[in-house]
Amino acid sequence: MSDTVILASSIGKRYRIGAHERYGSLRASLAKLLRGSEKAADETFWALEDVSFEAKRGEVIGIIGRNGAGKSTLLKILSRITDPTKGRVEIRGRIGCLLEVGTGFHPELSGRDNVFLNGTILGMRRAEIRRHFDEIVAFAEVEKFIDTPVKHYSSGMYLRLAFAVAAHLQPEILIVDEVLAVGDARFQKKCLDKMEDVSKHGRTVIFVSHNMPAVTRICPRADLLDNGKVLADGRSHEIVAAYLRGGLGTTAERVWAEKMPGDGVARLRAVRVLDKSGMPRDAIDIRKPVGIELEYEVLVPGHVLVPGFHCYTEEGACAFISVDTGAEAQSAPKPTGIYRSVGWMPGNFLSEGTYIIHVALATMDPTNVNFYERDAVAFQVIDSMDGDSSRGRYAGPMPGVIRPMLEWTTATTPRLMNAS
Amino acid sequence: MHLEDRAKTPTGERQSDGHGSMLVNQEGAPAPEVTVAPPGALPGASSGRIAHGVGDVELTIIEPSRGWVSLKLRELWKYRELLFFLAWRDVKVRYQQTFFGVAWAVVQPLFMVLVSSLFFGRLAKMPSDGVPYPVFSMCAIIPWQLFQYSLGQSSNSVVASQSLIKKVYFPRLVVPLASVLDGLVDFGIALVLLVALMAFYGIAPTINVVFLPLFVAFATIAALSVGIWLSALNVQFRDVRYTVPFLAQFWMFATPVYYSSSIVPERWRWAYGLNPMVGVVDGFRWALIGRQTSLASSAYISVGVVALLFVGGLAYFRRMEASFADVV
Repeated sequence: MSDTVILASSIGKRYRIGAHERYGSLRASLAKLLRGSEKAADETFWALEDVSFEAKRGEVIGIIGRNGAGKSTLLKILSRITDPTKGRVEIRGRIGCLLEVGTGFHPELSGRDNVFLNGTILGMRRAEIRRHFDEIVAFAEVEKFIDTPVKHYSSGMYLRLAFAVAAHLQPEILIVDEVLAVGDARFQKKCLDKMEDVSKHGRTVIFVSHNMPAVTRICPRADLLDNGKVLADGRSHEIVAAYLRGGLGTTAERVWAEKMPGDGVARLRAVRVLDKSGMPRDAIDIRKPVGIELEYEVLVPGHVLVPGFHCYTEEGACAFISVDTGAEAQSAPKPTGIYRSVGWMPGNFLSEGTYIIHVALATMDPTNVNFYERDAVAFQVIDSMDGDSSRGRYAGPMPGVIRPMLEWTTATTPRLMNAS
Repeated sequence: MHLEDRAKTPTGERQSDGHGSMLVNQEGAPAPEVTVAPPGALPGASSGRIAHGVGDVELTIIEPSRGWVSLKLRELWKYRELLFFLAWRDVKVRYQQTFFGVAWAVVQPLFMVLVSSLFFGRLAKMPSDGVPYPVFSMCAIIPWQLFQYSLGQSSNSVVASQSLIKKVYFPRLVVPLASVLDGLVDFGIALVLLVALMAFYGIAPTINVVFLPLFVAFATIAALSVGIWLSALNVQFRDVRYTVPFLAQFWMFATPVYYSSSIVPERWRWAYGLNPMVGVVDGFRWALIGRQTSLASSAYISVGVVALLFVGGLAYFRRMEASFADVV
């Protein structure tokens, strides 16, 4: 079928476990060679297993999934950075990949030099870059600083310039990974618009993101990856909803039976959204408190471990971040054991809508993140419109991330009738 | 609750934008139009263009690489601009970043000449075949430094470019190839210095100077032939980083930089020829100061060694490169 631009048939990728010993020393290799035993060190796992996948011309496909689901591995294979261990992919047309904004940027070089360097690295011809140069600079809005070394750029300027180069690469297939996780809202919107524009010109876009609204907005189709397999493929709204619901049919509770996120010191066992009575619940009355519970196991004693979570709106904006500020959590080392920490949000705090929670556990002094799990749980805040929420008796749309119940006072001065 | 949420949406995708009221407020209505387009619509609309596009569209097959793979020289040629840009970046950054800039390229060989002339020429009275010792040694020092620098750069090149290798595809061979071009700029500057030194001593280069580029190219390829091996090995074994300075030092003593190759007995010439830098250094002296040489007798050995190392290195590199992004 000539409309198919990417046809991946049962691709798989196997990695060796033992990440800290990726590159060994010659001595270790020689020793292994002499002993003739490789089995102990070479445990393997499949980052991708039997993934088949088809993309047609002009399609925009979102790829979603939790950390470690195999998204990045899939992109790396499609963009030819790494070889699959098995399977086969056929790609028709020039492929452009954007796994990281600003790959190959050199801080010492000027913006102008970097446009040419980065463009060439991404696979553009010099003549092509020259032709698009003014457009790129205009898109990035760095006209005045184009001859300044990029080390003097603000991070926003740097990102804009880097994205601008990539956006003007005109491949038949564009692969984008998590680019929109950076930059301010205006810039993110600009990037999304550009990607939509790319797809309108009959090009295929593969878009990996944690930004669910962006996925539903620009991708009609999405694939959900889990544990290296394609769990679901279909209309992006349905897939995103399935993803947020998680495997258990609810977003309010997530329990790890195996592959628990974490390091040698602590690992995450479960995350729950609790109502006031301590029951997991994925819909919370706007007037009632909501608790986020982290259940984790401390394997090594002696570390000051501080639990926390990030609360994101459905649009991908961070509503707030909270950590345990209690004196004990902040200064006392935790003995081994299983812990449950709950952070409570008060009632009448968040607006109606869906919120996505990322949870983390961090060691203080020296600072180290023991785990950071994105999209761990999600919940909805609903308003039953009984008239005693911060809406009062108003039933129309109420924008805003928070919706506090404020105390209002009104003073009056009686109007004198004979004023003239 | 999500079930209820879904219940609103099946009427049409447009509706789904409604549940994120923020999105509508911020970004207005036009955006969803694209999302609504059924997947088939876009290809259909532009099928005319596609129909005659199919023939010339490049087809890429991605499969696990097994065993020895082809060198894909054609693809390498397609990426020649990248090769140029990477080399250009190295040169530009180096001259911009270092305090002395160009002076660095002058100071280094100059000091080596001064020190060697003092110790080997004056004090140890090493024979220099009737040529002033500074000229004699500098004819060898500048190609040697080109070789040593290129060897170091290329050995480290793949590891140094790991951020690129992990994020974007291009023929990996571009990296070591580009890394050796950088040293040629320093070499050019040092060559000017040598010409000045020769003028000072009133020595004119021989007509054979036209062959000089040949020796320069050979020195670069010799460095590359070893550097390619080491750059690929360096990905797996970081020991390589410590091996290179040792190797270079050892190699220097096996090269007639500070002494004349004429002190090597004739019957050992063939073994001496195993070191390709002997031919380069002798070639430089032959082309520049007209020193007679028995170069020709062992040249074929040097060329053979480099060719073998180079082709072997290319093949080894190509075989290993599939795992670079995973291992580096």
